[in-house]
Amino acid sequence: MNDQVKFTIDGKQCTAEKNTNLVEAAKMNGIYIPTLCHLEGVKPAGSCRICNVKINGRFMTACTTLVVDGMVIESNTNEIQELRKIIIETLFVSGNHFCPACEKSGNCELQAMGYKYQMMVPRFPYEFEEKEVDAKTTKLYIDRNRCILCKRCVRSIKSKDGKSIFAIKGRGHKAVINIDHKLANQMTDEEAMHAMETCPVGSILRKERGYVDPIGSRKFDHKPIGSEIEETVTVK
Amino acid sequence: MSSLVQSTIEKYGKDATRLMDIITDIKKELGVLGKGEFTEIADQLGLSSVEVEQTYSFYHFFSTDSRAKYNIYLNDSLVSEMMGRHEIAEAFEKSTGTKFGSISSDGLFSLHNTSCIGMNDQEPAAIINGTIFPRITTYRVRELIQQFRAGKEVEDMVNSFGGGKNQSDLIKSMVTNNLNRRGAVIFSNYEPATTLNKLKDLKPEQVIDEVKNSNLRGRGGAGFPTGLKWDFCTKSPGEVRYLLCNADEGEPGTFKDRVILTEIPHLLFEGMIVGGYAISAKEGILYLRMEYDYLKDYLNAILDDFRKAGWLGKNACGIEGFNYDIRIQMGAGAYVCGEESALIESSEGKRGEPRNRPPFPVQVGYLNKPTVVNNVETLCSVVKIIEKGADWYKAMGTKETAGTKLLSISGDVKYPGVFEIEWGMSIDEMLEMAGATNVKAVQVGGPSGRLIGQNEFHRTICYEDLPTGGAMIVIGEHRKILDVVKNFTDFFIEESCGSCAPCRYLTVILRNKLQKIIDGKGVTKDLDDLVMWGEQMKKANRCGLGQTAANPVLTSIENFRSEYETRIEKGKDFDTKFDLNKAIQNSSRYVGRFPQA
Repeated sequence: MNDQVKFTIDGKQCTAEKNTNLVEAAKMNGIYIPTLCHLEGVKPAGSCRICNVKINGRFMTACTTLVVDGMVIESNTNEIQELRKIIIETLFVSGNHFCPACEKSGNCELQAMGYKYQMMVPRFPYEFEEKEVDAKTTKLYIDRNRCILCKRCVRSIKSKDGKSIFAIKGRGHKAVINIDHKLANQMTDEEAMHAMETCPVGSILRKERGYVDPIGSRKFDHKPIGSEIEETVTVK
Repeated sequence: MSSLVQSTIEKYGKDATRLMDIITDIKKELGVLGKGEFTEIADQLGLSSVEVEQTYSFYHFFSTDSRAKYNIYLNDSLVSEMMGRHEIAEAFEKSTGTKFGSISSDGLFSLHNTSCIGMNDQEPAAIINGTIFPRITTYRVRELIQQFRAGKEVEDMVNSFGGGKNQSDLIKSMVTNNLNRRGAVIFSNYEPATTLNKLKDLKPEQVIDEVKNSNLRGRGGAGFPTGLKWDFCTKSPGEVRYLLCNADEGEPGTFKDRVILTEIPHLLFEGMIVGGYAISAKEGILYLRMEYDYLKDYLNAILDDFRKAGWLGKNACGIEGFNYDIRIQMGAGAYVCGEESALIESSEGKRGEPRNRPPFPVQVGYLNKPTVVNNVETLCSVVKIIEKGADWYKAMGTKETAGTKLLSISGDVKYPGVFEIEWGMSIDEMLEMAGATNVKAVQVGGPSGRLIGQNEFHRTICYEDLPTGGAMIVIGEHRKILDVVKNFTDFFIEESCGSCAPCRYLTVILRNKLQKIIDGKGVTKDLDDLVMWGEQMKKANRCGLGQTAANPVLTSIENFRSEYETRIEKGKDFDTKFDLNKAIQNSSRYVGRFPQA
């Protein structure tokens, strides 16, 4: 095909269709660029910043960058790994993440990322800020303690007439996720389930459903996040 | 459906992209919006209620409760603090009987902190129901509150007028302009419409070429070549294009645009017409920060004059087919909206979150059309360039930085105010010009810029050496650098949009670390951490705010390390002052165990 472009990631020759975003393009070539906010088929937000890579010496988020011919990308360098780890640790201390008690434990992408980047304990002090839980809708509840403001729900979960069911409220470190009660109450069981699955962490939860996957059969119990993409599994 | 909401929405043609204006108008009447209003607005505009609240809760002047009869917003910028803000804030709290962030029990007064309001040359200053009260003393606080209690209106308390156009009937403000030095471009002799009358003999490409040849670079701080930006925009596919003028000067310490908007708005509007003609724009929009709301009626009256003169409207300036008008878009209190793509988002009625690039605004901008966003000072310069020629302009300044620059100088100086200088002046000369002695540091370009010490005062103001948007905060020998850094870091925490995780929270982590050092509990490792974590901010964040939010910490450690070192325990990498008993106080109380102090 004419629309194929050639580029390199950490020296590895890659090809992809022109104008594919870098997260997807890397994936097609067996390379995992970690991300917590990207969702296939949804306009990228570039908000979690974990997919930061270096292109021609400049830091760019892979999810918001389209591959062009001859692009030289650094992803798996010490500098970038350290940056990603710092962002993951920031996310841990900015919320209240008590993994052992969380319904999403084992299926949580943030937790999986913590393991992948071998976070023992965050280098930053915890703040333990008080966050509100919203359980006012019939099928879902929102635990803001665990929200990482990735905006997956804001961007992708809409009512039948295209209105946002989720939105941000406030700004800066006081920003939280907000749910439209009226629209949320109109969601079908499947839509509610989909909302829970869209959330990378345990912030959007389906009511009356928790801890259904026994330990051992959860998403990240055996292989680290991203290993389904990577050709060589790095951790046993 | 309340008639207020209904009529306001109809006034803006049920257009969701005018949500900022809709909320502004309703908020002025109600003082606060709640679930009821969000739902009403949402239903009318085809949005969800949380989408309306999403915009509302983003902006400082929306989200603060202003239901009191007198709503007092006291500037909390560094210079305000330097000029005695603390005493003024105390006086306000004492005389109103309420604390900052709340409304007095009698419902008369609300007190709010607010980021720099563009009055650094006359601090401490406050905005009360939209009216600016500069140079506040404790005496004045008592007088104001007593008179308000006696039923006086805010306008009745304007007891003097500032100089120049501040005296005009449509402004009548106490603000003084402190235009301390006129230069050869912006504040030179100005005969309105000289350039406009030349336009019909010029093709848009010729205008762009002239601006390109002048080497003019954007005056907001980033310094992108203006002519090139215009050129890119005209080459983007699409028939409809927009010109936005960024009058959201929110960088603490800058106030030059305020002086332009008051003294020579004709020049600015002329610049917006020249720019609009050059890129064949459909409309020009002046994005005006809410802090300058007191200038809005005056500016609108001038736009009316322009329409009457035929400079705006159908076949504007007598040019067949050039149908162009200008409207004013009010902001609502968000520093980040000074970032051009955030400014576009805000103009579309959304949260002012910077966009990802590419695409750039010149490709996909306002309403997804190719858009140029220019600074106020940039557009003013353009008028003189077309009038007098690129060569005339280029002859001023340095090799790489042509023309003149407006500096907003404030802080520990004898003559705070606006100075128009030729690029290439040294910091030493600048300090001498403004009457500053015994200077410890200069914050060049506001908090997002650099904090420099005496060893750098020989450096010159220009892109090849010390680039700046013009905010110059002078810090005297008697000041503590860590207080400066703390104020700036608090500012970035308050103004972060919250989109990027590192900007949202690493700023808070940095501030807490800084506080630890200020409290005398710091160790050497804290300094190392500040530098290492601060460096990540530059790499990790999307926009200029996040990338520069650690600059106060980083540049102060670089240039004033000794001020940190005198406050920390040297050679230690763990906390020796940790008080275990204090730390477990709460849990001990709950379990009924009492540690010995």
